[in-house]
Amino acid sequence: MTLRVEGLSVRFHLPGAVVHAVTDAAFELREGRCLALVGESGCGKSVMAHALLGLLPGNAVVTGHAWLGSLDLVAAPERVLAGQVRGRRVGLIPQSPAAHLTPVRTARAQLAETLRELGGGQSPDALARRAGLRPDDLDRYPHQLSGGMAQRVANALALAGDPPLVIADEPTTGLDRPLVESTMAELRRLCDEGRAVLIITHDLRAAEQVADDVAVMYAGRVVELAEARTFFARPRHPYAQGLLDALPSRAFTPIPGDPPELTCLPDGCAFLPRCSRATSRCEELPPLNGVACHHA
Amino acid sequence: MLEAVDVTLSYGRRTVLDRVSVSVRPGEVLGLAGPSGCGKSTLARVLALLLRPSGGAVTLDGRPVSRWRHRAPHRTSIGLVFQQPRLAVDPRFTLFDVIAEPLRATRRPLERAHRLAAELGLTPELFTRRPHEVSDGQLQRACVARALALEPRYLICDEMTTMLDASTQAHLVARIEDYRASTGAGVLAISHDTELLDRWSTGTVHTLNQPEESPRT
Repeated sequence: MTLRVEGLSVRFHLPGAVVHAVTDAAFELREGRCLALVGESGCGKSVMAHALLGLLPGNAVVTGHAWLGSLDLVAAPERVLAGQVRGRRVGLIPQSPAAHLTPVRTARAQLAETLRELGGGQSPDALARRAGLRPDDLDRYPHQLSGGMAQRVANALALAGDPPLVIADEPTTGLDRPLVESTMAELRRLCDEGRAVLIITHDLRAAEQVADDVAVMYAGRVVELAEARTFFARPRHPYAQGLLDALPSRAFTPIPGDPPELTCLPDGCAFLPRCSRATSRCEELPPLNGVACHHA
Repeated sequence: MLEAVDVTLSYGRRTVLDRVSVSVRPGEVLGLAGPSGCGKSTLARVLALLLRPSGGAVTLDGRPVSRWRHRAPHRTSIGLVFQQPRLAVDPRFTLFDVIAEPLRATRRPLERAHRLAAELGLTPELFTRRPHEVSDGQLQRACVARALALEPRYLICDEMTTMLDASTQAHLVARIEDYRASTGAGVLAISHDTELLDRWSTGTVHTLNQPEESPRT
């Protein structure tokens, strides 16, 4: 099932200010592919993921479309999202899985509850085995699980309803490198089973390990959309080049300046004040044709 | 030199540090790697004089540390930056208060807080914001400024950039490198990212292993 996001925007209305969290995002994610949405914290990546699941707070206004097959996730009412989408068509692997699990119940109790709610025919043990857990691991409480095991329980929960689309929100935060690599290998396996996988991350090395395609977000907009191999070899947007150059394995130099406030974005290119290639043309908003830059 | 010799520490029956020795010389960056749960953060707290080990000794510039109470006189010569800035600041403080707190507590002029904020790229309009009104990156910049406020001779960075994007990581490391170059301070860089440590440390990267008898968690 293909996810097609078209003109997706999210605004938060606060007293005296409007936060432009996501603006005019567009991308396509087909089954069997993995798209990594990368960018620094506060660029709107997680808000986009939560918008796809209808999990934003009440002051959020979402416009545009997110087609999953023939269903528009943006327009779908809560009844449809709860009964047909969450867990069934879209599985969410949350940030810091250990904190996401209910601390006073065993992993098995939580898996069994999810399976019962979703009406799947699988047993918790079979599901756990597929996620790489031994059945007796399921008798542990969350605080008795190591980081890697908690991650696998979260994966098993996300897959309980056999969803064709899996969204992983910062799946590597706080994990050490071997765990990052095994988590990424798990996500790759989900793609290879024919699912579409959307990974939201600030960890470029993790993205490089697993993604087929990369979307770079800056100040709420997708500024570059490319095949992963091309992107990591030849990033085109100056922001993307700066991010890659900041890696310790590359130049290890930061991008000067700070991202703009999402409450007062400029009319033109939001990266202009930090960009070494900026000219007067950049005061006009560059359209996204693979890359949203007048000089790329 | 900031040195731990044969330091042992247990939480209940679980031994977290088993005769660990490490020394940070002035002017060097010592990289310390190791998997999750191997005791890296516990060692950071012992070296920052926040935790008293059950065995072994910590020496600071040749003097053994014997006082571990809150007013330990050597404490201000060691700065500490934590992994999660949100858990490391008082949520009622403004960003400026976070940076100025060590200066106020030791009755020093607050002018240095302004200079540190500027060096770390925090603009004056951020000064009055509280932690929930800024990003993780901005808050960690304030925490680095706070750690440098009293001009520590040693700085311990415990997974300082795990939560942050590559650009903010490079920026914070560059600022700490500036501080080290101008003051000759010693830095202990703790991370599970060996690529970062290989780039940052001035010598070989040490690896802390899990004590053998500790149960799997």
